[in-house]
Amino acid sequence: MKALMFGWEFPPHILGGLGTASYGLTKGMWQNGDMDITFVIPKPWGDEPKDFANIIGANCTPVAWRDVNMDYVQSRIGNVMDPQFYFDLRNHIYGDFNYMSTNDLGCIEFSGRYPENLLEEINNYSIVAGVIARTVDCDVIHSHDWLTYPAGIHAKQVTGKPLVIHVHATDFDRSRGNVNPTVFSIEKDGMNNADHIITVSNLTRRTVIEKYGISPDKVTTVHNAVEPLNEELLNLEAPPGKTSKVITFLGRITMQKGPEYFVEAAAQVLHKVNNAQFVMAGSGDMMDKMIRLAAKRDIADRFHFTGFLKGKQVYEMLAASDVYIMPSVSEPFGISPLEAMQMGVPSIISKQSGCAEILDNVIKIDYWDTNAMADAIYSIIEYPAMYNELREQGLAEVNQITWDKAGAKVINIYRNLINR
Amino acid sequence: MKAICFYFQIHQPFRLKHYRFFDIGNDHYYYDDFADDDIITRIAQRSYLPANEMLLDMIRQNGKNFKVAFSISGTALEQLEQYVPEFIDSMKELADTGCVEFLSETYAHSLSSLYDPDEFVAQVKAHDKKIYQLFGQKPKVFRNTELIYDDDIASMVYAMGFKAAITADAKHVLGWRSPNFLYSSASAPKLKLMLKNGKLSDDISFRFSNPEWASYPLTADKYIHWIDELPQEEQLINLFMNYDTFGELQPRESGIFEFMKALPRFAAEKDIQFWTPSEVVSKFKPVAELAVPYPMSWTDAARDTSAWLGNTLQQEAVKKLYSIGERVRLCTDRRIKQDWNYLQASDHFFYMSTKHSDDGSVHSHYSPYDSPYTAFTNYMNVLSDFMIRVEEQYPASIDNEELNSLLLTIRNQEQEIEKLHREVEMMRNNIVKDTTGDFPIDEAPAPVEEEKPAPEPEKKPAPKKKVPAKKPAAKKAPAKKAEPKKPAAKKPAPKKPAAKKPAVKKAK
Repeated sequence: MKALMFGWEFPPHILGGLGTASYGLTKGMWQNGDMDITFVIPKPWGDEPKDFANIIGANCTPVAWRDVNMDYVQSRIGNVMDPQFYFDLRNHIYGDFNYMSTNDLGCIEFSGRYPENLLEEINNYSIVAGVIARTVDCDVIHSHDWLTYPAGIHAKQVTGKPLVIHVHATDFDRSRGNVNPTVFSIEKDGMNNADHIITVSNLTRRTVIEKYGISPDKVTTVHNAVEPLNEELLNLEAPPGKTSKVITFLGRITMQKGPEYFVEAAAQVLHKVNNAQFVMAGSGDMMDKMIRLAAKRDIADRFHFTGFLKGKQVYEMLAASDVYIMPSVSEPFGISPLEAMQMGVPSIISKQSGCAEILDNVIKIDYWDTNAMADAIYSIIEYPAMYNELREQGLAEVNQITWDKAGAKVINIYRNLINR
Repeated sequence: MKAICFYFQIHQPFRLKHYRFFDIGNDHYYYDDFADDDIITRIAQRSYLPANEMLLDMIRQNGKNFKVAFSISGTALEQLEQYVPEFIDSMKELADTGCVEFLSETYAHSLSSLYDPDEFVAQVKAHDKKIYQLFGQKPKVFRNTELIYDDDIASMVYAMGFKAAITADAKHVLGWRSPNFLYSSASAPKLKLMLKNGKLSDDISFRFSNPEWASYPLTADKYIHWIDELPQEEQLINLFMNYDTFGELQPRESGIFEFMKALPRFAAEKDIQFWTPSEVVSKFKPVAELAVPYPMSWTDAARDTSAWLGNTLQQEAVKKLYSIGERVRLCTDRRIKQDWNYLQASDHFFYMSTKHSDDGSVHSHYSPYDSPYTAFTNYMNVLSDFMIRVEEQYPASIDNEELNSLLLTIRNQEQEIEKLHREVEMMRNNIVKDTTGDFPIDEAPAPVEEEKPAPEPEKKPAPKKKVPAKKPAAKKAPAKKAEPKKPAAKKPAPKKPAAKKPAVKKAK
């Protein structure tokens, strides 16, 4: 089966959970066998893994004819794409886009991030999608998150193949209800045009059905999973001088992630317990406010901010942690507690997180219930049995949550669409 | 001829209120009275009271031919006395018919049989005393918490003088053998064992109103027919179930009460009798010995103790609890004793089970907590506070042996003091007879005060209250006649134990 996927991020150059999930799902589907996946991203760097998916860069896809030779193309984009494929794509240019700003290869430049002119990039991406859809043969089209819905719709119109959209988040999650009308309309349009919608949790599924008015029989939940960690990360150890218990919040410090509840719970625990330290790792628009709040609660001496952590630093932080907390106000899935569990860190998550639907060996609380959060923290750091049980059972549980199972579900959805 | 032996279990724990870690050291009241009241009243109204009514009817209609046995935990009795006293009256009425036998068990429905033999014996005695006080019967047959049983328990039970014990029919123990015989214990051959007939018991308590069940609907006719069809030599059918089967697990509208009422008539037709466990034990002979090296129970699919001790949370909590057992038994504080009982209820550990699938749903059905982890957290917070209180009485820095010898000294001194008091009293009386002047009275309080100064400095609020209370009594005395002094002077003696405890602290 051939699938044409549109995504925005792909490891190792990722900005959030979307890239990790796209990668994991693609690989999981590939593991099921008999899948030929073409994955389009705005701007590949050349170091993306290519063994299970054919990566196409939108910024390497010509939309305007340029008379260039093979060697020139090889020298320009040979590191990210087969030059021959450039010429295949060039043969399928379907309109005159010379009025747009294109480069020497006739391609539109993309930042591949979330720039100010994001809406323009989304539009350009869908123009490029037209060329790709005419070139690449596929049985089904799969769009990851709202940024790529217009591209998916365009590809569907060109090829007539069924469109699956994958809702990793909705604007209701990102904005605590104050949705951006433009984003909403793009999302709604994508959902209306989709032949099937995949959501990452039942929580998101309900949002899609209730807030976007989509028929329930068109929406299926496929929960995310995690990639097994490599030995190097698993063997990371806590720093030798560590004497006190470390309780960690790891994520963007934004309204969606509920950082203020973490500070309030920390204040309660620290007023009772001496040998504990709280760490807020990450950055975001609420960071300064959180620093002030910690100072106001008089816990700043044992409440630390690390700033943004990346790559291995994240796992070093987890290796040093005794408790991981994700008090998200609204989390479509939330992959980070699963990563903490892989590192053997007992986790506390909000009931408003999608991953709470599939996890048993974690402590689930309401994000606003700072009392319950504080109780749970205290219990884990004071009662060894609690720590050990959550650590061991959590590890065993998370090792069962693998992408190939999620991949099989998605393939099943494809089959139903194609055979319809 | 066959015999059916009915036994019903009634147990309710004292549920813990939401107890936060801030409360540790501050709040010493642990119970959710509202939930206890609510639950026991509801179950009593829907099940226990109508079921008692039913049994009473059945006994009256069938002469003395219908008999049953009950096992009611001490904590359940306390709650019933407090919230549904009419149930106790109705139970007394049943007891008076002579057709009801009460079984022995641990007072708190605890797991002490597995962890703390001394506590086990103490609790069984406490329970039997309670039963005797309420219903005038001395239990002769023992039934452990949730039918937990193994060879070690058998020896302890036999040593306490019981003729028989009731337990479950775990497949891994019985193998090919049938539960429909009387067995005896391998470790204490004189102790007889009655095993639950799991299939027939569960037909009533779990499957009765289930329309998906192949044998639905179950009628008394059909049921007695099944029993009658059993091989001739299998004469004993033990039907053990929770009492709330009637009206709660199987709702009234399922016809469960009518089913029960019809049983004796059909049983009589087939010459099947109803016996109490004591009758069974005296009329049947055990056919074989049963060796049970590992504890079994009647709970969950595994029929072992994993429902309470299956994961590390449960093991940790139980171990912590029984680690202070010896200390608590040294305490004389009534509230500590009471909390100690309530905290031992096996239910607290049942709530901490992390089992999934069918067993898991049973656990979460009964649990007041939304997850086993919350159950553990709450329990451990309460236990932490309880341990602090025990520690305050007897610091852990003194080992048990030392503590015992100190306590012994204190007790000896108490006796000594009491003896001296009596002497003083006697002498004073002699003096009073001779003279009625002030002289003897001044002397009288002296020995009393001599003992007091020692305890006073350490004991914080309690002795201070007592000392002034006593002194005026002694001082006022001179004005009055000598005789009223007797009670005043005697009082301090029994109070001593409380005032003396602090001396231990000083000793370290």
